[in-house]
Amino acid sequence: MAVKKRFGVMSALLAATMLSGVTAAHADGTVKVGVLQSLSGTMAISEVPLEDAELLAIDQINAKGGVLGKQIVAVQEDGASDPSTFAQKATKLIEEDGVVTVFGGWTSSSRKAMLPVFQRLHNLLWYPVQFEGNECSPNIMYSGAQPNQQALPALTWAEEKGYKSYFLLGSDYVYPRTANLILKKHIAHDGMTLAGEEYVPLGGTDFSSIIAEIQQSKPDIIINTLNGDSNVSFFKQMAAAGLTPDKLPVMSFSIAEPEAKAMGPSLLAGSYTSWNYYESLPGPTNAAFVAAYKAKFGADSVVDDPMVHGYVDVYEWAAAVKKAGSFNPTKVRDAAVALGSEDSPLGGVSFADNQSMVQTGYIGELEPDGQFKIVWTSPGLIQPQPYDPLTFPGKTCKLH
Amino acid sequence: MHESAFLLGQVFNGFSVASLFILAALGLALSFGLMRVINMAHGEMLMLGGYLAYMTLQIVPGPLGILVAMPVAFLGAALLGGILEWTVIHRLSARPLDTLLATWGVSLVLQQAARNLFGAIGVEVTAPTWLDHTVSINSGFLSGLDLPDTRIFILIIAALVLGGIAALLNKTRLGLYVRAVNQDRATAAAMGVNARRIDLLVFSLGTGVAGLAGVILALLGPVTPTVGQSYIVPAFLVVILGGLGSLVGTTIASIVVGLFTAMIEIFVDVSVAQVLLLVFVIIFIQFRPQGIITVRTRALEG
Repeated sequence: MAVKKRFGVMSALLAATMLSGVTAAHADGTVKVGVLQSLSGTMAISEVPLEDAELLAIDQINAKGGVLGKQIVAVQEDGASDPSTFAQKATKLIEEDGVVTVFGGWTSSSRKAMLPVFQRLHNLLWYPVQFEGNECSPNIMYSGAQPNQQALPALTWAEEKGYKSYFLLGSDYVYPRTANLILKKHIAHDGMTLAGEEYVPLGGTDFSSIIAEIQQSKPDIIINTLNGDSNVSFFKQMAAAGLTPDKLPVMSFSIAEPEAKAMGPSLLAGSYTSWNYYESLPGPTNAAFVAAYKAKFGADSVVDDPMVHGYVDVYEWAAAVKKAGSFNPTKVRDAAVALGSEDSPLGGVSFADNQSMVQTGYIGELEPDGQFKIVWTSPGLIQPQPYDPLTFPGKTCKLH
Repeated sequence: MHESAFLLGQVFNGFSVASLFILAALGLALSFGLMRVINMAHGEMLMLGGYLAYMTLQIVPGPLGILVAMPVAFLGAALLGGILEWTVIHRLSARPLDTLLATWGVSLVLQQAARNLFGAIGVEVTAPTWLDHTVSINSGFLSGLDLPDTRIFILIIAALVLGGIAALLNKTRLGLYVRAVNQDRATAAAMGVNARRIDLLVFSLGTGVAGLAGVILALLGPVTPTVGQSYIVPAFLVVILGGLGSLVGTTIASIVVGLFTAMIEIFVDVSVAQVLLLVFVIIFIQFRPQGIITVRTRALEG
């Protein structure tokens, strides 16, 4: 069961909790975990459904008797789409509420803001979103794709399709810049050509000049790391210029089922995305997850890759706690990387020594009904690489 | 693509961007020109236009939906603007800073209302199929030039709206009253002009134009609760650059900004272009604080 902020009840326990750390949290047959997503602000659009998925997993585990005989109590906090609020709420969750772990974060800036908090307070964050890599912390479990599990499989697929010339377009912030830095190294290394590289400020709405450049440089495919509403402007203006996805393919990294549904599948139909999960994936575990989610949140709701990673994170945490026989964050993360393959809606997944998830890469083509048809599957599971060897030679991430 | 075709394409893009700025900023210039009201909820009138277009397209699907949506959005936004003027703005008319805060509050209320009614993610408005084509030039020194129908359509609408408002202000009795109140409110009132009613009409007209602009912007951009926020800054920019309250100034400023951005984006990326644009505007305002067109009015002298 989830409870909202309980400042009053907790304030009496505050001093004791701060001193004794995690032990006070499960004194009464329950154990507290933090769920920290943006419930307000620009990111709420994506993070509210993600939080729903995390809470669904907690409810399901509680219904089956909880973990180590204790019911999980989710303490929810609002990161408010603001990195410093994330850091502040993470501190509050660990110090005042005494949570044993936290599920949360979406933007890289929110993760970067929380990282020192988890390191200082020796706690563990489960981060469910694909990101730019280039980070390696013992206090974070990275279940979202590393660049070599989303961006590079997309490039491999495009090269296999025979595309030679690439146009990189993104919003101007850390993820697109880093992802494109890595892609450019691989494009050059594989003997392909870079037709162009452009960035627009977050929320940018005008693409007329960029589309003119695309028309002039005539790439075979556009790799799109635009974020949020800019995608709607981009695809509408491409369509207006006669460049529909069937004439010039677009591979997007930030569009999943909910975004496709909101932007209008007719606008995007035929364009490609790269993820480690699609709602349309086969298998009984995924079917059960999708059915449970739709039963709770409505038949027309959709699920996507980050939501499933949030959901799987909770199950991975519970499995690691069982294996460790303890809620202690250090023991839990040691157990998590030693778990071996666990069945999940994603298929069989596990955590590697660098605390990132070993998972399969898929390419999906958007169909007019808003679902993705899986057109390519990576040959086997992909080992996560936080530091791309071509781009950051010599840097490695070894945590266990 | 031929180099000259690319350049001419960028000039066209500059005018296309300018037409969007004109549509987004016209209502703002109108209400500021007459009433000195800085309407922070102007962006939400654009947003309202987008949602009204969405609802109209649900009832009137098909090729003519967008043409029905434009008057619907105009009337809907004008009605809401009228209510806003009547309930909030004229009661604060002597306190410009309070108006600014109050209209900002209204903008937050409207955003949340849209979020609660339609969801946070936004709704789908697509351009009709008769705008799906491009005018392509395939021979001569302009070969390779593609002009999207949608952008040509928007240019025409912007010109019509601008012409309509200019005619209204310069050729009608109502326009005469508006200009009279604009030049000297007290004297106009003494001559028997109902300044109160003129305020209400002009503010409604301004928000109505914003509603219509919202339909047009939905053809090239998203319709979300916060979409107004992405246009409000450029709209203020062209109104200030043009000379507060001057329609001619706003138009010239929109074209200057549109062309400046399109030309500079040939050489630098969009982020840098935005920086350079703001630097240009700051320097320009340093030397000409009154903007491109100086508005002679008693109201600005106080």
